[in-house]
Amino acid sequence: MRSRVLLGRRLANAVAIALAGAATLSGLFFLGWILWTTMSRGMAAIGPALFTRMTPPPGQEGGLLNAFYGSAAMVMLALAIGVPLGIATATYLAEQGRHSRLAAVVRFVNDILLSAPSILIGLFVHELVVRPMGRFSGFAGALALAIILLPVVIRTSDEALRLVPDSMREAAFALGLPRRLVTLRVLWRSALNGMVTGVLLGLARIAGETAPLLFTALNNQFWSTGLGGPLANVPVVIFQYAMSPYASWHALAWAGALVLTLFVLALNLLVRLLVRKGAGK
Amino acid sequence: MAMRPPPAPRVPPPGVDVAERLYELLTAGGAWLVLLLLLGIGAALASGGWLAFQTFGWNFVISREWDVTGGRFGALVPIYGTLVSSLLAMVIAVPVGLGIAFFLTDVAPRWMRGPLAAAVELLAAIPSIIYGMWGLLVLAPFLANHVEPWLNAHLGPWPVIGALFRGPPIGIGLLTAGIVLGIMVTPFISAVAREVFATVPPALRESAFALGATRWEVLRRVTLPHTRSAVIGAMFLGLGRALGETMAVTFVIGNAHDLAASLLRPGNSIAAIIANEFAEADGALHQSALVAPALLLFAITFIILALARLLLHRLNRPAERKP
Repeated sequence: MRSRVLLGRRLANAVAIALAGAATLSGLFFLGWILWTTMSRGMAAIGPALFTRMTPPPGQEGGLLNAFYGSAAMVMLALAIGVPLGIATATYLAEQGRHSRLAAVVRFVNDILLSAPSILIGLFVHELVVRPMGRFSGFAGALALAIILLPVVIRTSDEALRLVPDSMREAAFALGLPRRLVTLRVLWRSALNGMVTGVLLGLARIAGETAPLLFTALNNQFWSTGLGGPLANVPVVIFQYAMSPYASWHALAWAGALVLTLFVLALNLLVRLLVRKGAGK
Repeated sequence: MAMRPPPAPRVPPPGVDVAERLYELLTAGGAWLVLLLLLGIGAALASGGWLAFQTFGWNFVISREWDVTGGRFGALVPIYGTLVSSLLAMVIAVPVGLGIAFFLTDVAPRWMRGPLAAAVELLAAIPSIIYGMWGLLVLAPFLANHVEPWLNAHLGPWPVIGALFRGPPIGIGLLTAGIVLGIMVTPFISAVAREVFATVPPALRESAFALGATRWEVLRRVTLPHTRSAVIGAMFLGLGRALGETMAVTFVIGNAHDLAASLLRPGNSIAAIIANEFAEADGALHQSALVAPALLLFAITFIILALARLLLHRLNRPAERKP
């Protein structure tokens, strides 16, 4: 009798472990499937033309040069807006406001913004910028990306700053430094690793964001360097080309997808290395 | 405002040092900006959707009409599609995500845990447009050729639930959207659940093991009861993601304004219909009819994400955005 109970318990355990193993395998399987598809189909279309020619009309040869340029320009501008703002906010949350009610509310709201649907950010920027200006623009796209970047930077910088030991703060204050210099010379320097991690994660996130660009930057089939008008960008071009019925556009979309995926994965690996380095200190 | 530490003697009193005031203003300004941002998003969506709500009233939410030329709009189809595809995603992602978290905390050999977790969480790093493209060009044909005919033949004749699986095996529709969403949301749930499981005091688990409990029993009787609210928080976090996900769904849901019981039929979701129609929307009413469901989406995701955060309060640092 006793052994039968034991057998049942062991069986339940074995089944649970097998299912958990299967769940993990299925996760790895889909990761492998998606990466393999992107690699194999993307490699076929990768060549020098991808980086030297413009997006073509259907059926013609071409590349994604204008899209790469537009994406890079918007992402850089988004970083230029989002990173300083995010670090300033995180400094408030981790330093002056650490125990204030405002900081608690801002952390809560920031966590919600972190997971908020990105298409809503696109609509917001459309109402805020595109509608009053009367046209789609690279500026609007960059602003939308900056708003998506901001909560990522705030979250990680806040955490990094809060990990700086209080003894460092006390030592700096004891030297008579004003608060801004304590922050600038001591806290930011000690938390640099964590803050860089946050910026890289944010960069990985906004590099592939498509939904907020659909009605802010839109797309542009031609070469344009100004951010004042519609601007080509990699995610929206991938969207448009992948949804089209043309094989040549599909091939370019896969090539763009491959470059995008490699970029994002490389950033994630870099973050992992940085975190390990930080932990090993 | 300054609660700690006490000011050093040589620091001039506040208000005198301009740079110091500026520093305080800039940092606190950022914090207020975050609050304004959330309010601004809500206000912009409310003002943009106002016209549609005003014109159609409650009918907007319960009508399935979407007549662009006639100017009559109802959001029932995208609302239904959003809920059904997210529900499907949760049916897939909750057991798989929790299974992965169980495997990585209790089952896998210690040396495998780090690399395996990193690999699974890479799934969360892949941009959603890649999921969408893969879903449309790879998964949809596979489902159309191998899975949906089988569902039609074997589950279709069943009473009641058969209606869910009868339909054209074209690979595009609510089922495909739910599957792609499920794959996307799984790593979020598994990452947060893993972090949550790690908050169980080792002494509790070790005592259970010492009494002879199996790993499954420790999970069911110790870990899960101890972390119940946080595990539900992890699910809500995943649900919040699924409801608002745009690109992955837009590719595979079919963009059809139909309301059908079958999961194999093309449908629409709030995010997908906005992505498809907003840039080319014709006239103020059409645009407003697209922003109005966005306001609903905003309200729903806000509530769900807020609940998730409250349930996850025990984790002051959830793993969501961490490697």
